[in-house]
Amino acid sequence: MSIRSTEEIGYSIIGREVKRVDAVQKVTGQAKFVADFDMKGMLYGALVLSRHARARVKHIDTSYARSLKGVRAILTHKDIPGENQLGEVINDMPCLVPEGDEVRYYGDVVALVAADTLKIANEAADMVKVEYEELEPVLTIEEALEGKIRVHPSGNIVTSKKIRKGNVELGFLRSDVIIEDDFYAHYQEHTYLETQGILAIFDSDYGLTIYGSMQCPYYVQDAVPRVLGLPLNRVRVIQAETGGAFGGKEEIPSHVAAQCALLAYHTRRPVLLVYPREVDIQTTSKRHPIKSHYKIGLSKNGKINAIEVVAHMDVGAYATLSPIVMYRSLIHAAGAYDVPNVKIDIDGVYTNKVPCGAFRGFGTPQVFFAIESMIDEAAERLKMDPIELRLKNALRVGSRTATAHLLKESVGAVQTIEHAVKISNYEALKRHVAEFNVKNRFKKRGIGVSHIIYGVSLGAAGQHLDAASALVQVHKDGSVSLHIGNTEMGQGAKTVMTMIASEVLGQSMDRIYMANPDTSYVQDSGPTVASRTTVFSGNALKEACEKIKRRMTEYFAKTREVSTDDVIFEGGTVRTLDGAKKTSFDALARECDAANVKLIETGWFRTPKLHWDPKTGLGEAYVTYAYATQIVVVEVDLLTGRTNVTEGYTSHDVGKKLNPVGLIGQVQGGFVQGMGYAISEELKTENGKILTDNFNTYIIPTVMDIPKKLKIDFVEDEFKTGPFGAKGIGEPSLMPTPAAIANAISNAIGKRVRRIPATPEYVMSLLE
Amino acid sequence: MQVRFKLNDEVVEVEVADDERALDLLRRLGMKGVKEGCGEGECGACTIIVNGKNVASCLMLAPELDGTEVWTIEGLSKNGQLDPVQKAFVEAGAIQCGFCTPGMVMSAKALLMKNPRPTEEEIKKGMEGNLCRCTGYFKIIEAVKKAAGER
Repeated sequence: MSIRSTEEIGYSIIGREVKRVDAVQKVTGQAKFVADFDMKGMLYGALVLSRHARARVKHIDTSYARSLKGVRAILTHKDIPGENQLGEVINDMPCLVPEGDEVRYYGDVVALVAADTLKIANEAADMVKVEYEELEPVLTIEEALEGKIRVHPSGNIVTSKKIRKGNVELGFLRSDVIIEDDFYAHYQEHTYLETQGILAIFDSDYGLTIYGSMQCPYYVQDAVPRVLGLPLNRVRVIQAETGGAFGGKEEIPSHVAAQCALLAYHTRRPVLLVYPREVDIQTTSKRHPIKSHYKIGLSKNGKINAIEVVAHMDVGAYATLSPIVMYRSLIHAAGAYDVPNVKIDIDGVYTNKVPCGAFRGFGTPQVFFAIESMIDEAAERLKMDPIELRLKNALRVGSRTATAHLLKESVGAVQTIEHAVKISNYEALKRHVAEFNVKNRFKKRGIGVSHIIYGVSLGAAGQHLDAASALVQVHKDGSVSLHIGNTEMGQGAKTVMTMIASEVLGQSMDRIYMANPDTSYVQDSGPTVASRTTVFSGNALKEACEKIKRRMTEYFAKTREVSTDDVIFEGGTVRTLDGAKKTSFDALARECDAANVKLIETGWFRTPKLHWDPKTGLGEAYVTYAYATQIVVVEVDLLTGRTNVTEGYTSHDVGKKLNPVGLIGQVQGGFVQGMGYAISEELKTENGKILTDNFNTYIIPTVMDIPKKLKIDFVEDEFKTGPFGAKGIGEPSLMPTPAAIANAISNAIGKRVRRIPATPEYVMSLLE
Repeated sequence: MQVRFKLNDEVVEVEVADDERALDLLRRLGMKGVKEGCGEGECGACTIIVNGKNVASCLMLAPELDGTEVWTIEGLSKNGQLDPVQKAFVEAGAIQCGFCTPGMVMSAKALLMKNPRPTEEEIKKGMEGNLCRCTGYFKIIEAVKKAAGER
């Protein structure tokens, strides 16, 4: 007995322009972010932070602070009932730095305070006396490599990763043109508009309930029990509305939650801990600074023979997610090209500075900036158009990636290049730029191109996390509840999940409700990162919906005496193909419920095991790849060094467009965030302390800074394993932009940009 | 001290501390749509309308509200009916994480109250004080244009 799938009868929801399911809540101010919770008896938390980049904590005196009226708890390392240990990958980060141990950066937490009001909590935090013995810090990659001072007893190298493909020496021997250069990509701060925040509620029956702004509820559900010494079933984590994340709420909320949970555990009262912006910027993870040396060899005809890369990443004081970030940097460092010989070495080093971690693109915008600059430089040397050179080396079905992964399907790389050329009217664009430059002496325009590859989801290094669950229930009135383990943080997950459920069940979207993730409903579904939600949670949800649909179909067929393959679910009704038998989805749900048909189901999705060898760096690095090509135009003021991005054209291979409005929103937002990284977002530090700790000094793009034109195009080269053929978009939206802008500035001023952000000061230094 | 002002068309009388921020007072009165993003008047998440002008409520003291007419996001929609500006934000797809949205909508509202038919440049000028990290602003501009067109 077969059941008709929605793929067979044609989509009714997928690919359509729909309104966000959470838009009205948000536009009316009703959406509840964690700071908006009010609980009876709620206390407010504050942190006592290190005041040195590196120092030994000799003594912590809380007695004076404790005497303040309204203070309910001041906690130090002695008050931790479980392990004093944070860190998703490496156990190198204490929750609270113990006496006798070292603080390793300005943001290390020494003590925690809970008080009746926020004002009292902050006052008390200032009154905690910490006696330090100041020590000389490690502040640069070079100092770390020198190794005179050790940030951790284990040494300053966190980990090293490599790729050895073919023989680069031979590749260079065969090359007509060999280019070498050095690049530096600086920090980037997420500046999600909502800072980190957690509400922890202690309940003597249940245990702890944690509400918070987060990407990864299951990371939190791991960290909190560990610090409190509780089993996982005593800690329930529920995501609150999350005001932007971009990777900055991947691991960090586990730290915030551990701090907040400790306060709730000791006071037996609800505690709200919301980071002020300055604390958020000073303490939480950033995009890694990467220093790299690139060498590339090409034949006269433009074919790349070899790429060699040596790169160092500034990890900061603690590893957080760095080993996984480094994996992604490694796999993407040679770019999106078919290159027979590749040699890459990447080291991550500890310094006494803010820890670096996840940020949209996850260690790739930095290396794409370098490799794409090299490709442009090579094109110039070969007197070839940058587009032509990229086309010559682009990946196709049958090509092998930098890790020798054979590509069998869904390779839209070449199409994205062709589309970018078309939508930008590339030849005319070049002419207009040249004409402008002839007429203008102090303002110069330039065109920049970049072409990228993106490994979807966590890849071989993160496969133990790469599964997802979903729970779907059709209620007896026909309304539908969806539970998944991945979060909505602005990217539109709730909308696309509701679309998928609506597509499969034929129930209208407004009768479907997706709750915020709650660890008590579905199994650990891994983190909401790596542009994986649509593929992983989407597939799990689709499976659960299909199971329910099958039962409802069978019930309908049996009671109406028709064949199951004659039944269609669409637009809130269930009917036979000819429409002779017809009922509403709601009515059928009620019938099924009365007939004891099971209307609750789970779904589970995982991908086949990837084979990748860490010794050579070769193998199947990711389940599939997405591609993008971007062309931008900039205008550089030669008198001030200031860059304006005036036009952008970007083509993305997304497999299949599920939610076109959401896709465009992702690409627009990613472009502007990438633009900020390329030209304005300069994180300044002094002796390891961040000086730019709010929006008046850390300059993100405003509405005045965006390009006049941003044309967006999508290539649909379906990925068979994706839900309805889809791949991810969250990160590829940002990844090509810094490289394209850097190339455009180089093109405008005739000097190679070797550092991002290319601030006015930096551009002026090139011009002098 | 005691302050008396009109909040979303209703008279409010409330005891405030001299150093209490307008932002904290409004949130204390249940207007949780007024968000704090930076605490120094740079991000615009706490934007409210005071006597017809958009202001950052984190830079204003509660006593300064005495005798004013204040609108927050909570006052815009009536009986479940969205204000045209809110409707335009929903329809244009101008909302992602939603944290900047209430402030954005209030700035757009203040702009359109003063200037019902703004040019694109005027829209940008009017929204310059509101940061958004998700949308890249494109659809926000579109939303304000849409709201202007439908008035």
